[in-house]
Amino acid sequence: MFVLLKRIIKSGWTSFSRDPGLMLGTIFIMLIPIASITLFFLVKDTGQSLISSLEEKADISVYFKSDIQETDIFNIKEQLLKIAEVKEVKYISKDLALNEFIQRHEHDPVLMESLEELETTPFLALLNIKAFEASQYELISGFLEKQEFENLIEKIDFYQRKTVIEKIFLLASTTNKVGIGLSIVLAIVAVLVVFNTIRLAIIHREEEIKVQRLVGASNWFIRGPFLVQGAISGIFASIFCFLIFAALCWFLSPKLAILFSDLNIWNYFSSNCLFIILIQLVTGVGLGIISSAIAIRKHLKI
Amino acid sequence: MIKFLNITKIYPPDILALKNASLEIKPKEFVLITGKSGAGKTTLLKLILAEEKPNQGEIFFEQQDLSKIRAGDLPHLRRKIGTVFQDYKLLFSKTVYENIAYVMEVMGANENEIKRDVSQILEIVGLENKARSFPAQLSGGERQRTAIARALIHRPDIILADEPTGNLDPYNTSDILRLLLKINGLGTTVILATHDKEIINTLEKRVITLDKGKIVRDEEKGRFIL
Ligand SMILES: Nc1ncnc2c1ncn2[C@@H]1O[C@H](COP(=O)(O)OP(=O)(O)OP(=O)(O)O)[C@@H](O)[C@H]1O
Ligand SMILES: [Mg+2]
Repeated sequence: MFVLLKRIIKSGWTSFSRDPGLMLGTIFIMLIPIASITLFFLVKDTGQSLISSLEEKADISVYFKSDIQETDIFNIKEQLLKIAEVKEVKYISKDLALNEFIQRHEHDPVLMESLEELETTPFLALLNIKAFEASQYELISGFLEKQEFENLIEKIDFYQRKTVIEKIFLLASTTNKVGIGLSIVLAIVAVLVVFNTIRLAIIHREEEIKVQRLVGASNWFIRGPFLVQGAISGIFASIFCFLIFAALCWFLSPKLAILFSDLNIWNYFSSNCLFIILIQLVTGVGLGIISSAIAIRKHLKI
Repeated sequence: MIKFLNITKIYPPDILALKNASLEIKPKEFVLITGKSGAGKTTLLKLILAEEKPNQGEIFFEQQDLSKIRAGDLPHLRRKIGTVFQDYKLLFSKTVYENIAYVMEVMGANENEIKRDVSQILEIVGLENKARSFPAQLSGGERQRTAIARALIHRPDIILADEPTGNLDPYNTSDILRLLLKINGLGTTVILATHDKEIINTLEKRVITLDKGKIVRDEEKGRFIL
């Protein structure tokens, strides 16, 4: 049993290596769905980690007019905390804000001097609000924009990050949908192409297959090598794909890091490379075997 | 060992290749089948190999009725038979060595056995230096000897040789015939189809003569008569 399996694999490999040109096209075609599936996982995972790191940092800062009493501010804080979406509210008084500023800029004499020249503190008291999810900030800022607070609030600072988060969110969720759809379409195309190549190989070897039967080869001894050929193409396609992605991640990583400071795709790639090659191998070998199996079923009748 | 009972074989649409043929071949026999071109010699061998099924009658190989054999049993039957096809039927994508080894691989023989036996038979048929050649790179006679080597390699119970010396020079021919006789002497049944008068007259074995699909003569120590 084992020796037959070994021979089937060896025979598939021999056919493959004697005519690598035959399968070269299929390897190339298989690269595409494998790449698309890899990209899908890559975007999904890095997008998610990017979003959560941005979400972690996201907040709304409400600056109160300078003549507002602390009690009023605490009152608003109480109300905010009653909103279910609010995760945390932090009060930063004028003095605290000043202290923080001084701490941050104590080595900048120009700033320090100009600060001393001011008679009153230029800082406003503020509430720093964190929500559980990015999408909830809209609701919280809506709450603060109500009429009754209009006289108390100087400004609400939240819009900058919102757009970035929403963009990434949109990107991730569309790549999710488009990625799945596209991967399926490309996989079908690849199956058709590989199927056709194996079909041609079978037709080309029709006479030989008849002879193999006449000298006593069993069905699987004849069919197996074709399956193996499909699988080998898949393995080669996934290895090529892995190398291409490794190169791309390596070169693009610094460039993307400029755009998104929290993103290091090379790190992501290298720490997940086992998972990535596994996905690529499963996809490649799966595609190869499925398409050869269809070709064998249709064209290699018992 | 082999028994034909009133076998008729018609190729579609209406080519009568064998007509009501009955014969029996015993184990260890050496039988020559002769007749004019188109008489039905190859067809008779194809029926034994179950490559074709008869339209009428029954064929027994040992206890098995070949007219009713299931597809799944074919490999097992064919591994007991060594065939030299009239048109060789070599595997064109495999080398001489691989062609011969294939028959043993199919049966699950172990690697060392295959290596040993294949080199041995290559030496016997004089193709040691062609082991790595593909059939397309061989002369007609070399192909024929490859086909002969493939038929013998797995020590079959019975050898079907369809015009196995048609492309060989006289020296090679007598070598191959001697080889077949020797194997027959060791207990293998041999069925040899030929229209070569020399061979038939020198071998002095049982001769079955076909004419237009009918068995017209079946004689021990027969002579070539058409
Ligand atoms: N596959 C086939 N389809 C249709 N007719 C066939 C087929 N094979 C053989 N025949 C016909 O059957 C008859 C017997 O053919 P067969 O090959 O058995 O002859 P043969 O005795 O081997 O001849 P030769 O000495 O030329 O090899 C011939 O008339 C041939 O044309
Ligand atoms: Mg013939």
